[in-house]
Amino acid sequence: MGIELKSEWELRRIRQAAEIVSEIAQALKKEIKPGISTKKLDQLAVDLISKYNAQPAFLGYQNYPATICISLNEEVVHGLPNEKKVIKEADLVSLDLGVLYQGFYGDIAFTVGVGKIKEKARKLLTVAEEALNRAIKEVKIGKRVGDISRAIQSYVESNGFSVVRNYSGHGIGRDLHEEPQIPCFGESDTGARLLVGMVLALETMVNEGTWPVKILPDCWTTVTADGLLSAHFEHMVLVSKSGPAVLTF
Amino acid sequence: MAKEEKIVVKGKVLEALPNTMFRVEIESGHKVLAHLSGRMRMHYIKILPGDRVKVELSPYDLTRGRIIYREKG
Repeated sequence: MGIELKSEWELRRIRQAAEIVSEIAQALKKEIKPGISTKKLDQLAVDLISKYNAQPAFLGYQNYPATICISLNEEVVHGLPNEKKVIKEADLVSLDLGVLYQGFYGDIAFTVGVGKIKEKARKLLTVAEEALNRAIKEVKIGKRVGDISRAIQSYVESNGFSVVRNYSGHGIGRDLHEEPQIPCFGESDTGARLLVGMVLALETMVNEGTWPVKILPDCWTTVTADGLLSAHFEHMVLVSKSGPAVLTF
Repeated sequence: MAKEEKIVVKGKVLEALPNTMFRVEIESGHKVLAHLSGRMRMHYIKILPGDRVKVELSPYDLTRGRIIYREKG
């Protein structure tokens, strides 16, 4: 249906949703310690979301059964919270959270290492986060979606890692996923042009090894085909006259 | 090369011109020449000056558009 350019009042609501999702994500980040079960984190998220008078965005979305996606180590995205899935020392934990506030969506994701993690894991984290920063730098009026994709891909691959191809960043606003799709790979100067008023949820999904992924029998958890680690970062960015405005923190 | 996508903006109808064309002022202040979409014609949806509408613009010419939705109220 086209990419929607958001008006002032819509942006105000979206900023609020982004702020809420960021604050909850920060609170959850503090709770990621060895011994805590992923189910507990999910419950915490549910409590926090209702405290902010918002609704979970993922619960029920295409029948997703939980509020957060929590993916450990070789799990890439969409890991399901589970009492038996407990966080332990040296885990690489990716948390993806979405909220719906006053009709508008907020989406954020981050990956953290628990305690002492392997050198390779630390490098993966740094590269994935920096890739997102580079992507954000490409968000300027007149640039195109392909420029963002290319920035992510070239930085990640130049560091010896690979970019997940099955999932992508996306527009966000009244719907959780809107046009355009912003994959982590692509050619420069292709795709839709960026204009003032677009709100994009930029994501980087980086694999330690090769890019193919597969979905587990639970129909949701996505893991790397080669069993190596994966990191995930996501921020909401608004295209403004003066460049990118990162709405989440 | 991947496809350029259309963009959707909201605006207010300023005046009605012949042949179901309308001058619409979109949020950024720009005035665009928009025509009523075939689907709205098919369902006999009327637009009057003062209506708030959604306009679909092509990235190749941001001064012409297609009215695809009329807001209530």
